[in-house]
Formats: sequence, C-alpha cells, structure tokens
Amino acid sequence: MGKVIVVTSGKGGVGKTTSSAALGAALAKSGDKVVVVDFDVGLRNLDLVMGAERRVVYDLVNVIQGEAKLTQALIRDKRVETLYLLPASQTRDKDNLTPEGVEKVVNALKSVFDWVICDSPAGIERGATLAMRHADVAIVVTNPEVSSVRDSDRIIGLLDSKTLRAENGEHMEKHLLLTRYDSARAERGDMLKVDDVLEILSIPLLGIIPESMDVLRASNLGSPVTLADDRSAPSIAYFEAARRLKGENLPIMIPGEKRGFFGKIFGRKAA
Amino acid sequence: MTAVLTKPRPIRLKGRSYLALTLTPELPIEDWLVRLDELAALSAGFFLRRPVVLDVEGIDLDRTQLRELVGELCTRNVRIMGIEGARTSLLGADLPPAISGGRSTSDIEAPVAEPIKEAAVSESIIRSDPLPIKTTPSIIVTQPVRSGQSLFFPEGDVTVIGSVASGAEIVAGGSIHIYGTLRGRALAGTMGNASARIFCSKLEAELLAIDGFYKTAEDMGPELRGKAVQIWLEGETFKVGSLT
Repeated sequence: MGKVIVVTSGKGGVGKTTSSAALGAALAKSGDKVVVVDFDVGLRNLDLVMGAERRVVYDLVNVIQGEAKLTQALIRDKRVETLYLLPASQTRDKDNLTPEGVEKVVNALKSVFDWVICDSPAGIERGATLAMRHADVAIVVTNPEVSSVRDSDRIIGLLDSKTLRAENGEHMEKHLLLTRYDSARAERGDMLKVDDVLEILSIPLLGIIPESMDVLRASNLGSPVTLADDRSAPSIAYFEAARRLKGENLPIMIPGEKRGFFGKIFGRKAA
Repeated sequence: MTAVLTKPRPIRLKGRSYLALTLTPELPIEDWLVRLDELAALSAGFFLRRPVVLDVEGIDLDRTQLRELVGELCTRNVRIMGIEGARTSLLGADLPPAISGGRSTSDIEAPVAEPIKEAAVSESIIRSDPLPIKTTPSIIVTQPVRSGQSLFFPEGDVTVIGSVASGAEIVAGGSIHIYGTLRGRALAGTMGNASARIFCSKLEAELLAIDGFYKTAEDMGPELRGKAVQIWLEGETFKVGSLT
C-alpha cells in the first residue's frame, strides 16, 4: 500500500503545484513509483509544470464519472519512467468531484503506487477538503509572510478535523515546507524568520526552499525543478525534503547561511 | 483647534441563559390540549410568568395549524417565547421566533393531583449530608488552537497548553489560561462573570474581553506586547499585571 500525501496551503500562489511536481519527480528519481494528482479542477496547472499539457486526453473528472478508466487517464512522464500524472479537468468545475468518486480513485492509486501526491487547490472549500480527505501525510506549503502563515494555520486546523484519519481518531502527520525563502529579506525583517514561522505553526519542518529564478525558469520550460537542474539550490532543497519524507534524518540548512539550522540553534544557546 | 476627544464608551455584550419550560405537543392536537387543560386545572397559574418554548420537532403541522395552536395556547394564558424544531418556512412575523441550541435540564415538576401524605418517618436517624461542594467545570486543551477554530465553553475555565493563533477564538464562562502565545481573541466571563481573568505567557492578542467589556489590539499599550500578563476587570476598566 502506498502513502497518500496532500500538498496544501490555504493561500494561493505559494508554490503547491511547483512543490508537488518537484517532490514527485525527486521521489520518482529515487526509484519509487509516484503519481501526482491534480485536484485543482477548473484551474489546472500541474500538467503545464510537468510538461504534459499536450498529452492530456482524459482527466480526474472523467475517471470519477466513469467516462474513462484510470489507466487511460494516467500520463507517464517521458524523463522519469516511474513518474505519472493524473491531470485535472479544465472544462468542468469542482462540483464534479464526489467524495465517493475521490475515495475510489485514491484507493485504486494507492494499491499501485508507492506515493500518491495530491496537489490541492487553494482555499478551504470542496476541492481542498476532498484533496486532503484521504491523506496519510500532509505537506503544508507556506511562504514566510503573515497572510500565508495564518492561512496555513487554518489548514492545519482543518487537517486535524476534516480528514478521514482525524475523524477516526488517528494522528495526522503534518510537515511544513517553507518556500520562497529569501534569507537577505528575512534578516532585514521584510519577511518572517524560520523560527517565527515554526513557533506560530508548531509542526515539524520538512525543508526550506530558497527563492530562486531557477524555479520559475523550470516551470516555464514545463519541467519540475528537480528534473531541470538537479544542482540548483531549490533542487537540492527539494531532494533533501524528499529524503526526509522517506524517513531519513537530515539536518536542515537555512539558505544563505553556512551553519545548519540546528547548529545555529546550538550556537545561539552557547553564546 | 477645538477637537473634543471623547472616550468611546464600550458597549456591553452579554449572554444570559434562562430556564424555559418546553411543551412538546402530540397529534392529534385536540386531545393533547385536553390533557394540557387537565394539567393546568390542577394548578392555576402554572404557566403564568414562565418562559415557554414550543417544540414541534417531528410533528407535521402546516402554518395555519401552527398559528391555531399558538392561539389556543394563548387563550390558556400560555405565552410562547419561541418555537423549536420548526421549518423556517413555517414561521412568519406573526409567530414567535425560531429558537435552537437548547440543552435539557431536569424535568420541571408538574403539579400533582393531591398533596401526597407523607408516611410516618420510619427512620429515626436524621442524615446530615454535608452540602455538596460546588465545583467550577474546566477544560484543558493540549493542542494549539488554530486560526478559524472557536472554542466555546460557557460552563467555566479554559486552559490551553499551546498557542492561540491569530484568527482563533476562546470564549469561556470563567477565566482563560494560555500557556503559550495568545495571538487570537480571548473572551472570558462571557456569561456575566466580572471576576474572570485572562492569563497568558505572551500577549499578542487581537481582542480581549471580560464580562462584555472588550479591548482591541489597538487600544492595548505597546509596552504589554510580548509579555506574560494577567488581565482583570476593575469596575469598567481593564487592569493588566505582569506575571513575571
């Protein structure tokens, strides 16, 4: 049985789709079988970021409504053969997602793939709640600024109450992925610092992705950043986050600082 | 330059609960009214000056029938203050308002037919049970309270081990204790308890209220930000004391 991950944030434009694609590709590159599911029905973007927009025939809504089989809708990536995409529909809206349909699709994917990554739409309505409903693990994508942090806090509350795991009284594993982090601006006080965000959200940190032009460039080329250039700073950060997801214990580096995050904490305590 | 600075007087927002008598009519209504009359005959004025709620959940009445029923009750001096369990379409401006969220309490004693003659006291030992000690109920929350979450506990004190996020809300009948940062709203003593207090390890609150008096973040002095404090009410003013 594979693990179902929801990539969510509440706020739009923080990097859910980019992170879903990058983490999916990074996990697939390590040999795991990965499917990335676009839940943003009506505003689909994941196919563009993954460079598969010209190969979409059937989509998630077709599968849920029984118009196509799951195998017909899945698109295999041309660069990494264990990476698949289940695109969202662009012509329908989120009302076409039914709880029963989503459950059926997620369970079917879980039995075949090692990782099912659900790219949630922004907001806290139907699309977002259905994307998180069947998740085992949640990745909360947050930018270091107040509105994003507050929205993430709201989403964490929903993850603890509206998911199947929470309703069954089980623990919902949650990780924070801090994206678009600019150390210079954080130092100047234009952005929240890592410690501040962690203090407010109080969930474990999965990784810090530095703000970088490489991410935008890769997206425009239709390639997850982890496939476009695996030596760029954001790429390395995503690869490390993927390894942490798989259970590895790696120290977290704050971009732009030589010392590790934990070294920094200890350094401060000794002073 | 004659700007007059008036101190805005806060508006008191208070909740209050009353014990209401709930009548649950049964079909057919005529028979039920006969039984009600029998009950009322046992004790004249039983319904007088009592708030009465009509619970029509599960019985099929149309608007005319409901209006007739309320009228019938009115002629018996039973004044209905609210109707529970009715479809909103049933209730118009001429009917009592819809009411919901009631909690059951013990049955109100109905008048009995004859005063029961007490049997002779068979036990000579007079039991002297001490009066039960009245405890204030309280709850403890061990998780952070997230944005958008509202914790409503009118019965007593709330203790949070963790932070209360911006956009979250704690409403307590008693005091509020937060072992973490208070970034959201804390409303203590909402059921009319002026002696309730708010305690927190770090004050970053958006709004504080005790017994209906409130203060927004803007009205709080900057010197209190980030401090461990307790807040209480003295008359109509907020007092803030350091906890360290």
